Amino acid sequence: MFAYTVKRLLQGIITVWFIATATFVAMHAVPGDPLANNRAASEEIRKNLEERYGLNRPVLEQYGVYMRNLSRGDFGISFTQRNRRVNDIILQHFPVSATLGILSIVFAALGGILWGSLTALYRNRLPDVVIMFLVILAISVPSFVVAAIGQLGLVTLNSTFGFTVLPVAGWGTLSHMLAPSIVLGLGTMAFLTRLMRSSMLEIVNADFIRTARAKGLPPARIFLRHELRNAILPVITVLGPAIAAITTGGFVVELVFAIPGLGRFFVEAVQQLDYTVIMGTTVFYGAFLVFMVIVVDLVYGVIDPRVTLK
Amino acid sequence: MKDSHRNSSFSGMPFFGNLEEPIMESRVSDTQTVNSGDSLSRAALRQIALLAVAGVVGFVLLMGLLSRASNLTGSGAGALGAVDFKTKTITIALEEEPPQIDGTRATDTVSFRILGHVMEGLLRYDASGHLAPAVAERWEINAGGATFWLRENALWSDGKPVTARDFVFAWQTVVDPATASEYAFIMYPIKNAEAINNKKLPRAALGVHAIGDRELRVEFERPIAFFDKLVAFGVYNPVREDFYRSRQGRYGADATDTLYNGPFTITRWVHGAHVRLEKNSRYWNRDAVRLDVIDMPYITSDTGAVVNLYKSGAVARATLDKQQLGDAMRLGWNVGRYNDGSVFYLDFNFRPGRITANHNLRKALQLVSDSGELVNKVIALPGYQPAVSLFPAWLKGVEKSFRQEYPPEVITPDYNEARRRLDLAKKELGLEQIPPLVLLTDDSPLTNRQSEYFQDLFKRTLGLEIRIDKQIFKQRLAKMTSGDYDIVMAGWGPDFDDPLTFGDLFASWNANNRGRYNNPELDRQVRVAQSSLDPKTRMDAFGKIQQILIDDAVILPSYERGRVYVQDSRLKGVVYRAVGADPDYTNAYLDESRQ
Repeated sequence: MFAYTVKRLLQGIITVWFIATATFVAMHAVPGDPLANNRAASEEIRKNLEERYGLNRPVLEQYGVYMRNLSRGDFGISFTQRNRRVNDIILQHFPVSATLGILSIVFAALGGILWGSLTALYRNRLPDVVIMFLVILAISVPSFVVAAIGQLGLVTLNSTFGFTVLPVAGWGTLSHMLAPSIVLGLGTMAFLTRLMRSSMLEIVNADFIRTARAKGLPPARIFLRHELRNAILPVITVLGPAIAAITTGGFVVELVFAIPGLGRFFVEAVQQLDYTVIMGTTVFYGAFLVFMVIVVDLVYGVIDPRVTLK
Repeated sequence: MKDSHRNSSFSGMPFFGNLEEPIMESRVSDTQTVNSGDSLSRAALRQIALLAVAGVVGFVLLMGLLSRASNLTGSGAGALGAVDFKTKTITIALEEEPPQIDGTRATDTVSFRILGHVMEGLLRYDASGHLAPAVAERWEINAGGATFWLRENALWSDGKPVTARDFVFAWQTVVDPATASEYAFIMYPIKNAEAINNKKLPRAALGVHAIGDRELRVEFERPIAFFDKLVAFGVYNPVREDFYRSRQGRYGADATDTLYNGPFTITRWVHGAHVRLEKNSRYWNRDAVRLDVIDMPYITSDTGAVVNLYKSGAVARATLDKQQLGDAMRLGWNVGRYNDGSVFYLDFNFRPGRITANHNLRKALQLVSDSGELVNKVIALPGYQPAVSLFPAWLKGVEKSFRQEYPPEVITPDYNEARRRLDLAKKELGLEQIPPLVLLTDDSPLTNRQSEYFQDLFKRTLGLEIRIDKQIFKQRLAKMTSGDYDIVMAGWGPDFDDPLTFGDLFASWNANNRGRYNNPELDRQVRVAQSSLDPKTRMDAFGKIQQILIDDAVILPSYERGRVYVQDSRLKGVVYRAVGADPDYTNAYLDESRQ
């Protein structure tokens, strides 16, 4: 187990190095000029800017400096927020994205498991048909539409009651979190419902369930210990990438609900060609994704006795 | 590792779809389905219900736990609503996080808007748009330089007086090459500023001197007629040296990393989430400031979200775009509009060898253009005005507006003359057919509508093929700079309140003249406008520049940009302007009669 963990971590570091290098190359190959602004800078002012960001040096040397700083965990200064370090930006905004992400994933996982079990139980009958229809809807409708409809719903809700039941946007209190985390988690929940449903259907017909019933185990115990526990495994498998996807993919929801998450800064940086922020966040998110996949594999070894980690 | 349970189609990032459920399902249906009537199903249903209850409770607990943690990163917004009479608070939304509250480095409108509320330079614009004394109580400007006398009661937010040295330090910092300020050029009228910025002289050589605490003397590089208007610009704000140095490069990066001397101070700044301005109790003119708090707990560029906030009474103002304008009309909101001072136009590539360098071709395009049709039929947003000249209608002339004193020649569409010009152009260029012209544009709904309109117009009237090249903003600028286009949809917003902010755009030495237009006569007129001190001579020069741009079809003016907004009827005195903080809440107040 220990050796396996070390091996995976080393692999992870190589992956992250690769991500960092690929981002660096892509960044310098992409057309456009990060220092361009509506007001054209004179030669001299431009030179001053290039010097400040080290863009006047040869690309290989820039790569060396970038890697050296990266190994020290220093992502440099933002091109657009000129007095802020990229590390500060990640440090201040990632917790917000993470909070939103955790809530959404918990919401999605709980909902997915519950709805999935329910639809399996009522297979091919009305509740199943209705829920599966909604699931297809939730998977197909893009998040910006869900976000906009969700927010409009809040406006209508508040005006119906005549006072603020839930705030329309903003961040900082309990009431601010509910709507965005549900909106963000909806798609994943729908996906997990389908996953849970098919895995549950497979389990209820397995031999060991028949054995359990033949033994005369109490039904509640069969459901909880034998069916649910086994059916949940595929859900846990996709949870790792899903956490990363939700934490990084909340850009639209963050924008619509005015939430200061990292996703927003990431997308804005791409639009602004803010080299340092793009590279910093990409490497950070890359490392995060790699780490989550490793964690899920380790968890798997713990909860599934058939998997041994070597 | 035995990895039997990891289905590869689930572990990738785009993990929606590709479910092989139907196969599983068909296999299952062959055997046995769950009979919901039996005891197992009932038990399972009970368990699911129990789990659901536990799940909801757990979710709420988790939310509570996380909300404790997120108090540090959030705004706790929306407690007071759009306006609050008791605490004299207004709540509004910001469209972007201000990159920095540092006048020496700021370049964007949001930063300058906040700076306009929390900082003050030597002079400022009052509610009616006239220059008014600010830190300077009086001033004298002549051909060689200027002198400003600072008021005694101008204080920093920590109580120390604002002195002439704070201006000297700030201005030296702006032109210092190490600062890499993009707005350094706006200081070039000051003696040695350009040389310092080009590393030819040390920063101490800048022609600005503090005579004691309260007298600031400025030497000019060359005579300048509008220096009073320049010092009202945010880049000319004071910065106190000891505070600036104590922040070690983080000046203006956070609320506590900034020292204020304006009508408001920033009391809370949570990046990306919340900016809160409170009245500065040490501001010399505090009695004129009637709002106590300007709270900005929402930062989002999504106009739809801000309109939703406005609709639910959470913010006092929202900017509208075309889609929400319809909603606003239907709901009977009182829609306001103003002109934000920028002018947009088609700009040509004049580099040698380019087809658009041909005068007759440009004339042909000019003769079929109709900015009135563009604005009224294609853009169709209130506030937008058809442009007829590079110089927008709001600019002041000698006595009246520049537009009234120097009305631009009106080009009425004349398709026959246009076709004649096009034939001439073909002859001059030695071409049977004009090859497709590349129209470079940004990628936004508004620019898309326009570029398609131009494509259709030039095809319909002149049979010209237009190839639209849509790019993100930075890439459009890069292509303009490298000359990779024939026609570009460009625009310009003013920096200071003088026609020169537009007038020198097409001077051959101007880096913003990205089409490389070169006309010695225009250059000569720009030099007159730059160096003359006589208002009439200067305005005559601008009048001539305007005529050259029309005669030579250097640009085809499209529109003067408008803004459409809704504003809470209880909020009064908000100033919308072309130059400076916009919108400006410094003189805003709450209308008690509507309480």
